[in-house]
Amino acid sequence: MASRFTLKDHFRESRLVNGRLLFAALLSVIVFSVVIVRLVVLQVFEYEHFDSLSDRNRVDIEPLPPQRGLIYDRNGVMLAENIPTFSLEMVPEKVKDMDYTIDALTELMALTDEDVAEFRDRLKRHRRFQQVVIRQRLTEAEVARFSANRHRFPGVDIEGRLIRHYPQANLFSHAVGYVGRINEREMQIIDQQNYKGTLQIGKTGVEKYYEDQLHGTVGYRQVETNVQGRIVRELMSEPSHSGDDLLLNLDINLQRAAAESLTDFNGSVVAMDPRNGGVLALVSKPDFDPNLFVSGISSKDYSALRDSPERPLYDRALRGSYPPGSTLKPFVALAGLELGVVTEQSRVYDPGWYSLPGHQHRYRCWKSHGHGWVNMKDAVAQSCDTYFYDLAHTLGIDRLHQFLDLFGFGHRTGIDIPSESAGLSPSREWKRASRNQAWFPGETLISGIGQGFNQTTPLQLAHATSTLAMRGVMQEPRVVRASRKAGMSEMQLRNTERVNSLPMQDSQHWEAVIDSMVEVVHGQRGTARHIGEDMPINIAGKTGTAQVFGIAQDEEYDAETLERKLHDHALFIAFAPADKPEFVVAVVVENGGSGSKMAAPIARKLIIEHFGLELDEPQPDQ
Amino acid sequence: MNHSLINDRQQRPSWQPSRFVEWLHIDAMLMLGLLLLLGVGLMMLFSAGGQDMGLIYRQLVRLGVAIGVMLLVAQIHPDRMRDSAYWLYGLGLMLLVAVLFFGHEGKGAQRWLDLGFFRFQPSEIMKLAVPILVAAFLAERPLPPSVWRLIVGLLLIGLPAFLIAKQPDLGTAILIASSGLIVIFLAGIRWKVIFAFLGSCAAAAPVLWYFMHDYQRRRVLTFLNPETDPLGAGYHIIQSKIAIGSGGLFGQGWLRGTQSHLEFLPERSTDFIFAVIAEEFGLAGAVLLLCLYLLIAGRGLFIASQAQSSFSRLLAGSISITFLVYVFVNVGMVTGLLPVVGVPLPLVSYGGTSMVTLLAGFGILMSIHTHRRMMSP
Repeated sequence: MASRFTLKDHFRESRLVNGRLLFAALLSVIVFSVVIVRLVVLQVFEYEHFDSLSDRNRVDIEPLPPQRGLIYDRNGVMLAENIPTFSLEMVPEKVKDMDYTIDALTELMALTDEDVAEFRDRLKRHRRFQQVVIRQRLTEAEVARFSANRHRFPGVDIEGRLIRHYPQANLFSHAVGYVGRINEREMQIIDQQNYKGTLQIGKTGVEKYYEDQLHGTVGYRQVETNVQGRIVRELMSEPSHSGDDLLLNLDINLQRAAAESLTDFNGSVVAMDPRNGGVLALVSKPDFDPNLFVSGISSKDYSALRDSPERPLYDRALRGSYPPGSTLKPFVALAGLELGVVTEQSRVYDPGWYSLPGHQHRYRCWKSHGHGWVNMKDAVAQSCDTYFYDLAHTLGIDRLHQFLDLFGFGHRTGIDIPSESAGLSPSREWKRASRNQAWFPGETLISGIGQGFNQTTPLQLAHATSTLAMRGVMQEPRVVRASRKAGMSEMQLRNTERVNSLPMQDSQHWEAVIDSMVEVVHGQRGTARHIGEDMPINIAGKTGTAQVFGIAQDEEYDAETLERKLHDHALFIAFAPADKPEFVVAVVVENGGSGSKMAAPIARKLIIEHFGLELDEPQPDQ
Repeated sequence: MNHSLINDRQQRPSWQPSRFVEWLHIDAMLMLGLLLLLGVGLMMLFSAGGQDMGLIYRQLVRLGVAIGVMLLVAQIHPDRMRDSAYWLYGLGLMLLVAVLFFGHEGKGAQRWLDLGFFRFQPSEIMKLAVPILVAAFLAERPLPPSVWRLIVGLLLIGLPAFLIAKQPDLGTAILIASSGLIVIFLAGIRWKVIFAFLGSCAAAAPVLWYFMHDYQRRRVLTFLNPETDPLGAGYHIIQSKIAIGSGGLFGQGWLRGTQSHLEFLPERSTDFIFAVIAEEFGLAGAVLLLCLYLLIAGRGLFIASQAQSSFSRLLAGSISITFLVYVFVNVGMVTGLLPVVGVPLPLVSYGGTSMVTLLAGFGILMSIHTHRRMMSP
């Protein structure tokens, strides 16, 4: 090491470093000269400009929130609009004594403790020069009362704002959804810049799914104000751009007919146009008034909605999980034909029950004396359970599950509304994974008639029926039909999504199953013949009754003695016209008893409404 | 060279002010400049802080502590500093790592370490430890440094800078990195290397840009030009430009700045205090202040050129120039020349920790100047 050690040449080194020091000193002087030139520009050349800006005045930058897009039904009826209201707002940095101001305001405007607590919370999240809302929706009297006392509250003022209003109130509470105050979690997700000045954000339904389009883009203006905070002039502005208007596929007349015909039952009705997936009616009962949520729902109202045993906030159309019951049978029948397990002519003898080979347990048909010899058409039309026990047993759960999968059972439909549930189409793997149990053959039988583990949402039922009606053409359900850019007059149709085209080996299989569904409504012994007698168009349908309450082996189901919440769910699926389908409907009436008596008439009403028929109320035969 | 200087002390024991100053290892010129600057700072703080005497008292206490630290540092012989460079750096590095795990959050960044009796930013140690260590390391061998020494030097700078940028405190990370890079520059690395380095940085930028997501690009753009974001970062800049511009040639007068007094200019007693100065004293006041900064740094550079070892020369040069970088980054931000990074105006902005470190740096300068041996050994 020592040999490689070069002696330091102090003289050379100090000359080198001093040279660099001199360079650095010169560079510093140059850089500082640039700063001074900048100051000269600002303070001499642009002095007039800045002086006029500051001249005992101040410049404020105000966000200009965009107008939220409007929502219409397919006939152009307004479903969501913006109405002007007055709100009490504060710019914190202009307030001298915050505690005094809040106390005095509490007294003057009769603010509740909740108002104050929420306001203090918002105060923390805003910058000091931004407007913070104290209370929304002031009455005329409150506006007048504050105006008279305005001088006592520097920094507090009344602002006119547009807020969301749903003129149809309860009718579209689940489908259109509602907006509400932006919460902490949403604050993290949104582009905060773009929501400056925006108080509400879509919380559910179309309002949430299409938030980005409905919201629009924020603008701002730079204004000059005097010491009192009054605007003297506008210096610069960038206008906001309103959000897009949306035109829905939903039809208010159908929606109303569906909601009314459910009377006081809980349940759901979904109607679709099978040709493009357009959702024509999307009803979930009970419903609620979405206007309650817009400017912050009171905790009393909210707990009433949340704690109600009827669960009005729960969107049954998209999230309600019901056993499909016999409405699953046409799909099982199609599976039988397609997989070559049965033909249209194959017959099964129904003595009123079915037993697995080598087992004693009797799986009962709903008709205790049995249907005798039945082929597929009879079995669907009369909803013979025994035929489908036998068919399901022959198919086996694996093939059955695989086939139902094609129709979207157990999968989300992809509708343009958030929080859809996937339902459940049971399989061997699912049972192993979720319960760590083997699949029992008896469970295949129960699955074959849509009971047991099967769970479908009303939307899924409508969607699968639509695919069946279209002979395999699967469309993604769409609530929004078209949108319109702000300031434009033309509506832009949205693309419809064709998801899939189900291949069948023989297209005759579709016709066979659809024929059997026509027999349900128009046949001599069809379970829904009472709705089809005077019908000028051919309807294909299927009734369903889903068990809520397990009945022991030898007991009879007796509606009279059971509490209503233990009554069976009533289901019905239908489409019309059977040969060239234009309209699909799925009805679920919770605890409605029988699909034939409760659900089918609702579907009939919607078909009458949709096709503009003039028919009398049907008389269900007893 | 001059024996009489050494003998003087023994011959004339009577008290003289210049003796006292010398005995305390104070450099009178530097001290004068600093006191002037600190005085201007207090005056501006009084105006910017809304004439709050409490604020002034708190700042005076900090100043007292900081000047005490400066005098203390001035007593330490530069050789001792060189010897303890590795220890100081190692300690700083450990504390930086500790901050990552146990640090306290303030204003969204983890910078503070709570030591029970006081809270403290380890990055402050690094502001001095990095230039001391890099100077000591490079001065061990003849200058200009070998490639190998250069690489190690860059690593010694990069490690703490990275840890601090992660806190995240980009402003301090930039300042610490530049204090180390300045040492390397002063050590005489070849111009070729410097240009190659700058060139590759310039070449890397578009490549990086190409691989960035849209939202990242937008962020970079608003960082570079905050005025495109008038509701966010641009708000400060728009307001501060109005304050500066409306100052004109001679300003509105002390305590009369309208922008600052209508509570309109944000952070006016800390990062944006220069805007208050420019509003109240105009172009004349602002230029005078900048000249005062240049004079102080100039004295520092002179001290560097007179230093007797390469270590002292490099260290004194780095401290003086870094001081100017501070001023430039802050004033550049306030006048809208540079992006917004939170760097206070040195020795004028309200706030304690950076004041102590800055004056400790000047203590090093004084020590270097007053510990010179009058004769070559």
